[in-house]
This record gives sequence, structure tokens and C-alpha cells, in this order.
Amino acid sequence: MTDTLLIGCDGSDSAKRALELAAAQAKVSHAKVIVAHIIEWSPYTFLTQEEIAERHKRRQEEMTRAEAHITAPIVDTLTQQGIQAEGIIQYGNIAKSLCAISKDKQVKQIFIGRTGEDSISDRLFGTVSNTLAQVSPVPVTVVP
Amino acid sequence: MTVLKSGLASFFIWLLPLALYAAEPSGIDQFIEQNIAPYTNQFVSFIFYAVNIGDAKFPLIVGWLALAAAIFTVYFGFIQLRGFRHAVALVSGKYSNPNDSGEVSHFQALTTALSGTVGLGNIAGVAVAISIGGPGATFWMILVGFFSMASKFVECTLAVKYRTENADGTISGGPMYTLSKGLAEKGMPTLGKFLAVFFSICCVLGALGAGNMFQSNQATLQIVNIMGGSESWIGQNRWVIGAIFAVLVGIVIIGGIKSIAKVTEKVVPVMAGIYLTAAAVVIFMNLEAVPAAFGLIIDGAFTGEGVVGGVIGVMIQGFKRATFSNEAGIGSAAIAHSAVRTKEPMTEGLVSLLEPFIDTVIICTMTALVIVITGLHANPDGLGGVALTSAAFESSMPWFKYVLAVAVVLFAFSTMISWSYYGSKAWTYLFGENKASDFIFKSIFCTFVVIGSAMSLGTVIDFSDAAIFAMSIANIIGCYLLLSVVKKEAESYFARLKSGEIRRYK
Repeated sequence: MTDTLLIGCDGSDSAKRALELAAAQAKVSHAKVIVAHIIEWSPYTFLTQEEIAERHKRRQEEMTRAEAHITAPIVDTLTQQGIQAEGIIQYGNIAKSLCAISKDKQVKQIFIGRTGEDSISDRLFGTVSNTLAQVSPVPVTVVP
Repeated sequence: MTVLKSGLASFFIWLLPLALYAAEPSGIDQFIEQNIAPYTNQFVSFIFYAVNIGDAKFPLIVGWLALAAAIFTVYFGFIQLRGFRHAVALVSGKYSNPNDSGEVSHFQALTTALSGTVGLGNIAGVAVAISIGGPGATFWMILVGFFSMASKFVECTLAVKYRTENADGTISGGPMYTLSKGLAEKGMPTLGKFLAVFFSICCVLGALGAGNMFQSNQATLQIVNIMGGSESWIGQNRWVIGAIFAVLVGIVIIGGIKSIAKVTEKVVPVMAGIYLTAAAVVIFMNLEAVPAAFGLIIDGAFTGEGVVGGVIGVMIQGFKRATFSNEAGIGSAAIAHSAVRTKEPMTEGLVSLLEPFIDTVIICTMTALVIVITGLHANPDGLGGVALTSAAFESSMPWFKYVLAVAVVLFAFSTMISWSYYGSKAWTYLFGENKASDFIFKSIFCTFVVIGSAMSLGTVIDFSDAAIFAMSIANIIGCYLLLSVVKKEAESYFARLKSGEIRRYK
């Protein structure tokens, strides 16, 4: 059975570097790559009436946009390089969603980029890469 | 952007004559009182046609709602007890498919619908009920709150079942769609259409009355109260506060500036928390008075001593305020719930039955206890509405009137925003789903914010009660005629839940 690698993509430069690293590794080990884009979402935030009425439409739009601009181009590039790739778009907490996909798809390793910022809110609430390092069921590679 | 500009421009042009009137102190207030009140009073006496039972006048419409709530409760075998645990599990997301993440969750639907109902009814309405009907009104209020959970369950299930999905993916639903589509299915298309139109007209009036003028009126009074009272300049020119509200509401609903709505909507749950905590503190500070207070509530409920109309008089006050506060049977919350994307109409119905519980059984009861415990139900100073609640809190926490003023203003604001949505849905049902007709309604809505702030409580509260109760005439008829549909949905849902076809994800 071939290994599966998971890459968290958000369109940032560091995510691209994470992708390159993962692609290089996938080529060598003939691993399959899952390109995941998670849209930050909490089912407990407050929505106004109109936002509720428009939610399904917006979700549709956000998914289409994310696929067109983030996951689909990456999957195409990987396929051209001869790597078996699959795109996933999900809503939720980024770290938790990546962990859930890892368990679901029996992923061997997760690759993500980090923002490298050091803001107060990051210190208080933690970053995605930090959280993932804490809770991930599989090894995590954080690319600067 | 042009819509916004022209909207605000026409709005300010409208305000101009008002500003001119204001040159003469209290000119506007008087003008509105004299020229609009006579018309609203006619409408009120039509809706509240009352029969005499002993000394008490019993408005038939109140009996209409209470009877429906009781019938639905029995028909669905006390669904508010049987379905309660499952409703809580649904709200906490235990049955939500992770693949549907990003759609509106049950929690969001509940909180949004609640922000439309939790508001002044819980603060001012309860005070009104107790000052007229005595402490005993609390008992009947809780009882109606409990029964009306079943009404809410029925109307919200139907609203989801018969909603319409628009071409652009947005959803329109509510009793007007239930009535026209549901009754057509039952072979009564003409009746359905007629009731739907009747409901929509009442909903527009209800939005302008209970959802707008009452809110604006009470919030204004509270601001006047802390800014020097009715003798001060601002007390004589209340429309100024109304105009500020109108501009803020206009920015949100016409200008589409969501940030203001977002801020209020985020603060509202926090405010509700602060309010409940404060109520708990007052109750705790007067712990020794609690048994006596319960005694007064139970005694008052069955003796009706010192209340005009005796027990029936007490009951009517409790019934009226409970219905006005939780809006079950009115059909408003059904509009909010219908927009939630779910495969099972039953889930929204179950979630919605928590609303009267939170709104009436918990929040209203806390307010009532605070008023009764602090002994202010006797109302020695003849206060009304928010002022009485405020006085009750102040007797234990003198600074609380400032917190309450903020809470009242925020509750009023969020309720106005919610009702502007209900009203505009009914309006566009009548006049077509397009931007122009939507804009016309929203402009009228903003105008009524100013009118509400200037009118006296008596006229405003009567009109808002009448308009909102009128909605229930059509809505409840629809619920009765479509009861078998809800029954079928319920039986199928609970059977699949039992068999495990509807599975738990967490």
C-alpha cells in the first residue's frame, strides 16, 4: 500500500514551500498526496437573519472559489509531475480538521507552512502549527 | 453604493419636516399622539374583541393561542418533554454531519431566532404583567410558556417543510409559504393564498409595531430616564433619540453595513448573561424572601386578590405577556428557522421548542422573581414597563439602571433588526422579491422607529400587541389544517432515530 501525505494549503508562500517539500518526498516514495484547504468556521458564531438565509449560497461560492484558486491548480501541477493527488475542501477548525482527515485517510505525515508572525493574539491563543504539533496523530513537518 | 446614498438622502429629506416641528418643544410628540393614535386604537379594539367573564374581559385572541398550545401539546403527547433531550443534543451538534460543516448549525439558528424574541418582552413585558395582574401572573406566564413550546414546534417544522428555495440559492420561508403551499397540497389553494396574504399584512404591521415601535419606545424611555427624566429637554423631544436609532437601523438594514449588527449581536448574548447573573444575585441577596415570593405567586395565581377581574384577570395578564414575549403561535420565529438547511424539518421544529423554554420559563421567570422578591409588585410609585424592572434591580444594586439601560437599548436594537427581516420577508411576499420593494419597506421601517420613540406607551403597546396577535389568526389555522403533516414527519423521524438510520456523529 502506498503512503499518503497530507498538505495543508492556504495559498500562502510558506504553504507553497511546504508543498514543494512534500512533492519532492512523494516523488521518491511514490506516495499519494492529499491537498487540503480548510476554511475557518465555527458552528457557534453568531449569524444575523440575512446571513442565515444566504449561508448556503455563500458556502457554495466559497467552496467554488477555494477549489478554483487553491486546491485545483495544485492538484493539476502535482498530477503533471506524475504524483497521484486529491483535493479536499472543508469547513472547521484548521488543526482539528487536518487531524480528522489524517485519521480518516490513514495519512503518514502532515506538511504545513507557518506564517512566522509573532503577534500577541498568536501568543495567547496559539497558532495552527503549534496546535497541530500538539494534537496531531501523525508526524508534522512545519515549513518556514 | 448608489442605493445606499439615495436611501440615506431620501431618509434625511423625510426627517426635515420633523426637525422643523421640533423648533416648538414637544410639537412632534403631540402631533404624533393626536394624529396617529386614533387609527391604531380602532385596529386594537378589533383584534382584542373581548367577552366578559365575570368582571374580567377575556380577549378571544388570547384564548385562541392558549387553546392551540394546549391542543398541540396533547396531540403530540407532550413533545416538549419527550423531545427536550433530543433537542439539546441537536443544538450541541451531536447529530450534525461533519460534511455539512459550513452550513448554518442548529445552534446558530436557535441563537439568531432567540435574539429576535429575547428582548424587551422579558424585561418590560413581565413588569407590565405583574403591575396589572399581580405576582400570580407569573404562574400563568410560566404555564403558557411551557405549553407554547408545542406551538413553536409545529410552526417551525411546517416552515422548513414548505419553504421555497430561490434561484440564487437563498431561502424564503415562513407561515406565508406554509399556508400557500401546504394548504394547496390539501386541496385548499384559495384559502391558503388568502391566509398567506392576511398573515403577511399582519406580519408587516407586527414588524412595525411590536418589532419596532414598542422597542424604540421603551429604549427611548430608558435613555430619557438616565438622562434627566421626562422634564428635561431630551424628555420633551424624545424623537431625537428615535432619529438616532432610525439612522443606526437604516445603516444596518438599508446600507448593509453588517459590522454594527455584528457588534450588537455579539454583545446581546453577553448582555443576556449579565442580566441573568444580576437577577440571580438579587434573588440571592434576598434569599429569605424567596419562599414568601413563591407563596405570593401561587396564591395570586388562584385567588386573584386585589386584581381587576380576579383569577381570570391575573390569567389574562400572564397569558398575554407570555405570548408577546416568546411569540409562539405568531409565526415570526418560523421565518428565521425556515432558512436553515436541513434534510429533516423535524430537527428545526425540535430545536425551536427550546425557545419558549429559554425565553419564558427561564428569563421571564427571573425578571418576575426579582420584581416580586424586592416587593415592587405592589408598584407604589405607579411605574410601568422597564421603569418598574429597573426600580426592582436598583433596590439591591443602585447602579444597575445604567447596565439595564445598555441592555434595553441593545435588546431593542437586535429585536428591531430581526423584525425588519421578518417584515421585509412578508412585504416581499406581498409585493415581489426585488430590491426596490425591499427598500421601500425598510425605509418605512426606519420612519416608524422615530414615531415609536415619540408616542406614549399606552398607544404603542396596544398597537404592537394587536398587530402581533393578528398574525396568529392565520398562522394557527394553518397549523391546525396541517397537523397531520407534522404528525407524519414526527412519526417517521422518531422511527428512523430509533432504528439508527439517523445517526449520531459525536
